[in-house]
Amino acid sequence: MSAAPAYSEDKGGSAGPGEPEYGHDPASGGIFSSDYKRHDDLKEMLDTNKDSLKLEAMKRIVAMIARGKNASDLFPAVVKNVACKNIEVKKLVYVYLVRYAEEQQDLALLSISTFQRGLKDPNQLIRASALRVLSSIRVPIIVPIMMLAIKEAASDMSPYVRKTAAHAIPKLYSLDSDQKDQLIEVIEKLLADKTTLVAGSVVMAFEEVCPERIDLIHKNYRKLCNLLIDVEEWGQVVIISMLTRYARTQFLSPTQNESLLEENPEKAFYGSEEDEAKGPGSEEAATAALPARKPYVMDPDHRLLLRNTKPLLQSRSAAVVMAVAQLYFHLAPKAEVGVIAKALVRLLRSHSEVQYVVLQNVATMSIKRRGMFEPYLKSFYIRSTDPTQIKILKLEVLTNLANETNIPTVLREFQTYIRSMDKDFVAATIQAIGRCATNIGRVRDTCLNGLVQLLSNRDELVVAESVVVIKKLLQMQPAQHGEIIKHLAKLTDNIQVPMARASILWLIGEYCEHVPKIAPDVLRKMAKSFTAEEDIVKLQVINLAAKLYLTNSKQTKLLTQYVLSLAKYDQNYDIRDRARFTRQLIVPSEQGGALSRHAKKLFLAPKPAPILESSFKDRDHFQLGSLSHLLNAKATGYQELPDWPEEAPDPSVRNVEVPEWTKCSNREKRKEKEKPFYSDSEGESGPTESADSEPESESESESKSSSGSGSGESSSESDNEEEDEEKGGGSESEQSEEEDEKKKKTKKKKASEGHREGSSSEEGSDSSSSSESEVTSESEEEQVEPASWRKKTPPGSKSAPVAKEISLLDLEDFTPPSVQPVSPPMVVSTSLAADLEGLTLTDSSLVPSLLSPVSSIGRQELLHRVAGEGLSVDYAFSRQPFSGDPHMVSLHIYFSNNSETPIKGLHVGTPKLPAGISIQEFPEIESLAPGESTTTVMGINFCDSTQAANFQLCTQTRQFYVSIQPPVGELMAPVFMSENEFKKEQGKLTGMNEITEKLTLPDTCRSDHMVVQKVTATANLGRVPCGTSDEYRFAGRTLTSGSLVLLTLDARAAGAAQLTVNSEKMVIGTMLVKDVIQALTQ
Amino acid sequence: MIHSLFLINSSGDIFLEKHWKSVVSRSVCDYFFEAQERATEAENVPPVIPTPHHYLLSVYRHKIFFVAVIQTEVPPLFVIEFLHRVVDTFQDYFGVCSEPVIKDNVVVVYEVLEEMLDNGFPLATESNILKELIKPPTILRTVVNTITGSTNVGDQLPTGQLSVVPWRRTGVKYTNNEAYFDVVEEIDAIIDKSGSTVTAEIQGVIDACVKLTGMPDLTLSFMNPRLLDDVSFHPCVRFKRWESERILSFIPPDGNFRLLAYHVSAQNLVAIPVYVKHSISFRDSSSLGRFEITVGPKQTMGKTIEGVIVTSQMPKGVLNMSLTPSQGTHTFDPVTKMLSWDVGKINPQKLPSLKGTMGLQVGASKPDENPTINLQFKIQQLAISGLKVNRLDMYGEKYKPFKGIKYMTKAGKFQVRT
Repeated sequence: MSAAPAYSEDKGGSAGPGEPEYGHDPASGGIFSSDYKRHDDLKEMLDTNKDSLKLEAMKRIVAMIARGKNASDLFPAVVKNVACKNIEVKKLVYVYLVRYAEEQQDLALLSISTFQRGLKDPNQLIRASALRVLSSIRVPIIVPIMMLAIKEAASDMSPYVRKTAAHAIPKLYSLDSDQKDQLIEVIEKLLADKTTLVAGSVVMAFEEVCPERIDLIHKNYRKLCNLLIDVEEWGQVVIISMLTRYARTQFLSPTQNESLLEENPEKAFYGSEEDEAKGPGSEEAATAALPARKPYVMDPDHRLLLRNTKPLLQSRSAAVVMAVAQLYFHLAPKAEVGVIAKALVRLLRSHSEVQYVVLQNVATMSIKRRGMFEPYLKSFYIRSTDPTQIKILKLEVLTNLANETNIPTVLREFQTYIRSMDKDFVAATIQAIGRCATNIGRVRDTCLNGLVQLLSNRDELVVAESVVVIKKLLQMQPAQHGEIIKHLAKLTDNIQVPMARASILWLIGEYCEHVPKIAPDVLRKMAKSFTAEEDIVKLQVINLAAKLYLTNSKQTKLLTQYVLSLAKYDQNYDIRDRARFTRQLIVPSEQGGALSRHAKKLFLAPKPAPILESSFKDRDHFQLGSLSHLLNAKATGYQELPDWPEEAPDPSVRNVEVPEWTKCSNREKRKEKEKPFYSDSEGESGPTESADSEPESESESESKSSSGSGSGESSSESDNEEEDEEKGGGSESEQSEEEDEKKKKTKKKKASEGHREGSSSEEGSDSSSSSESEVTSESEEEQVEPASWRKKTPPGSKSAPVAKEISLLDLEDFTPPSVQPVSPPMVVSTSLAADLEGLTLTDSSLVPSLLSPVSSIGRQELLHRVAGEGLSVDYAFSRQPFSGDPHMVSLHIYFSNNSETPIKGLHVGTPKLPAGISIQEFPEIESLAPGESTTTVMGINFCDSTQAANFQLCTQTRQFYVSIQPPVGELMAPVFMSENEFKKEQGKLTGMNEITEKLTLPDTCRSDHMVVQKVTATANLGRVPCGTSDEYRFAGRTLTSGSLVLLTLDARAAGAAQLTVNSEKMVIGTMLVKDVIQALTQ
Repeated sequence: MIHSLFLINSSGDIFLEKHWKSVVSRSVCDYFFEAQERATEAENVPPVIPTPHHYLLSVYRHKIFFVAVIQTEVPPLFVIEFLHRVVDTFQDYFGVCSEPVIKDNVVVVYEVLEEMLDNGFPLATESNILKELIKPPTILRTVVNTITGSTNVGDQLPTGQLSVVPWRRTGVKYTNNEAYFDVVEEIDAIIDKSGSTVTAEIQGVIDACVKLTGMPDLTLSFMNPRLLDDVSFHPCVRFKRWESERILSFIPPDGNFRLLAYHVSAQNLVAIPVYVKHSISFRDSSSLGRFEITVGPKQTMGKTIEGVIVTSQMPKGVLNMSLTPSQGTHTFDPVTKMLSWDVGKINPQKLPSLKGTMGLQVGASKPDENPTINLQFKIQQLAISGLKVNRLDMYGEKYKPFKGIKYMTKAGKFQVRT
């Protein structure tokens, strides 16, 4: 900035000591010639070799640009410096280029080669900035170059460059929309990017280029939901609003069939208006359709979105909070929308512009969901220091929130407001009082009296506004208010505001029967001043005259004619027309009195009272928080918020892991399965940079933290599942990706294979991520009737390939993850790299342990179809945490109806249970058609014992006694701990609590894989990382009491092994030892 | 998204413009001037103004209008939030955000704006990152730059941009490691004529100034976290930890930042530390009105109330006021009709009061509205809600930092109706 002295030295004082600073306006010198001269010396400075001079010149030029002065004639001199080494000069040249390249396209081309070189630079910062500037130069000739650069940058190794590429997409699109198809390809590629840095920018590009290509989102939906919390604030806003639109097209409305939801009682509280608005017709239709349709269960992906956005209500950014609020308003079930109120009220503390926007949205919401904001009524009270526009919006909200109970307080507030100095606000308050009076019948008289008192106010505006409102109120019950009308009539002498005068005249005319004496007198006065009145008043005078003529022609005939003839020569044609028309109607003429006979009917027809409505009514068809909503008009580029679909589109499109997952009939079950999969634990420190920086260390640190903090909590299982997922997504590196496909196919076959052999479990523990086990259960589910599928499968036809594939699979599973190269990319800062080094060591043992079996035990029969008269019931332990109660074992119950008639009203009858055991029944199944099958989930708290739970399974006609006895291994849930923790805990559980047994492992069961598989199949335990190769450790907690169960298997030479179980619950320990040995030695 | 930005001063001069896409002629601001004229007061200019081809979104801060021009649908709060972020950044860079300062630093301003938006979409808005990209001007740096020819543009990509903690710059080093936290609570209240509370709530913030070497991981716990009804966090705070344990766990940004803003709801009884006795009366017959205000302490938990300033917007009919304060100074602006009384400290033994008469317009009827009294005050070392920080721990680094916590209560929008 103050390079001026240095500069003048160099120049030998040629520029003179009086050289003004660049900050001064160049034009302030006055005449143009000096301006040109000045540019000359700028050019000279740019041509020197001295960076400091160049910098000085560029700074002056940028200052000119900033002030909007034209500096385009310097273009040739500036563009030469695009390759300058000094980074600040370079940046300022870029600023200049971007500003003027559009005007001087040919010269701008000179700079392109520099950027092309920059795109190949090893420094990612230079690559990114080269792309940024290149794409910002709006020169159509270079479109192909830009396209190429964007494509290349989209697969750059640095996420920062990829982000820049995402930014460049809309730039290119606005320059040349023909490139759309190619750009969509790039967008598709970038959407698949796993880094948070890119996510926001690419969704932005998506919204600008191809918002209609919703299909591109499917595969990335879950990833976006999960990344959301780590994306920067601006990206969050864009993603949330895009996902809102997406969800509206892909999921069913959560409000349909609401009556079946558990949130029923609250619903009435929050959303009764909307139901009414829907109309009885649609409601009936919905109930009629009910038996045919399954009860509404929210799609797990829908739930995922709601769950992952909720924490963002705590964001510091008002834009994010608003985005989440609108998402909840548009997507959440009524009972859940309430959570946004608090956050929105918080925003009212912010800057007044933020308040303005938020209040607009609150006003719209408060019409639909009044209950939501009622507790915060006082937060909308108005301060005298609020700007008027805020006051009026707050008033709107207060009016919307007013109801029978709080109206006294609201009215008292309004009373204070009426004394305000801000007259616009007072007028709005009077309107608000009017609206309260129409909406709440109880206070109508109070309001009316209050308004009449205001008629004696000194401020004319106040009086006028009151008159207008009183007019509307009187229309509702005119008969009782003759007094008020008389009072108003007197006011005509004083009030000058045209609208108010017109209102009074209309009132008198309409209710002239109530004031038969006064009305003609008023007309007389008005006739006198007719020519001086405003148009709107004149029209009402004609009206009044006509009405009086019809009711009281004796007194007013002459007056009327006088008024009409005055009006006939009025300047305004509207008034002339009205006068002519009125005259024809009321004055019986010689020809055609047909109309005049009905004149009374025409003029004095009873008129319906006006409905005072909020101007925010029906604004919610615009997406809330959008510009269009604020303006109440469609803004350019506004994407309509689509209506909910009637039928949910295929949810499997979002499924990334399992392409053949098509069966969607059992949504409930899927929900059950996925919950832990996307558990929102660890939300804020989730893996973000997995692609580039340190996938291993990320998940490592997480597993540490969860095992540290989550020990002793029943939620630990969900943590584990989460880690599974992370492992699956992050550390199972891309190199195995192409094998994944294969694996999945085999998994499915393998699952069915497992069935055939009748073994109770088949899923390997090592790499079976939860997604794969889903396939298992999915295939189980397809085979509704275990007896029949046997026949269907051609024996032997599949067995050979299956066997082969299994071995292939095993190989994969055995590949120790430590082999995977963890090569920190070059860009990672040294500190991160250092972190990595320490972490890779422990990783090898950790990976397998994190992958726990999810569902291992096959289906067992609960009720045979013969005994059940056609109803057959199976159950399986799902090994998922039961959502209602963490102490419960979660069971999947499979019903299938093999009879000829539908089975109705399936439910659990009063169970007779041993002490401590409790059952969470499944929701009643209304009807099961012949041949149909269904699945539900129920939870049983076995109280850490293997006692059977006996209960009745009731249909409408029959009762069946059934009992479920759990294997001991199902009474626990896996716990993840480090080796050290394991040893520490084990040290505490010695003596009586330790059970040791020796055994010999058969040959078939000596591989790591088999051992782990068998143990985890028998008991729901999680593997603990272990330093030595032939020792296996597993840990779990019993579900009810949460006591630890630690299992150690020490394999020695020649199959000799020692099994140790440490547990407080000795009985469980003993039984577990027995079961495990049986499983291992078989 | 954001097409262009215009900075307009209160006299209607556009003194800075920046375009991120094609140039939008500054004549678009005419629509803004029109709206400004209609609004009469600066704060009443609607934040969103539609024009035939563009939409103008503006914020008004430090007597400057920041007007963003947009062309297509975009959440308005997105733009408004961004504009406020721009102002905050300027303030952070230059200490104050005013027209002369922006004009003096126009190049830095331009460079910062260039980094903040790319094609109208926010790129880098964290001040820690921006400061690495473009160094804020200091006198020392200006001198050094002049001599050595070095620049104030960073030549390295801020690593924060790529890390999992984008808000913190890397390689932070201090010889004195310190972490200060200010718990500042503001009371928003409306007191009615009779002195009873219409509504009162407490809004609090915890502002931090953290100067710690390396990558410290801090946890801050409260004695009574249940008090906090609604909170919003800096992105560095781990939400899950708060949900489960009510502990703030975070890797702080370097320097000053707002860690947390919270709200103590109106349901809790809020202690009101001051009371105002007032008697303001106009008489119909005479052109003189009586005016008397006394301010006194109430529920102050034994602390002194400082920095008391009483302001009141008098009705238009008031021509002049002749008042005598028992302490402090007072001014009355006959044009804006604004009365302001700088009281200072309240001494409970001798309550400050302001008495006198008001001269009214002769002949005009008495004003039918009474002025509201706005109050400002400060109480040091007290968080009126009773919130207390329990402890601050640091993990991840070896040294022992110096820690400090300060409490303060202020009046927010504190209003007494008369």
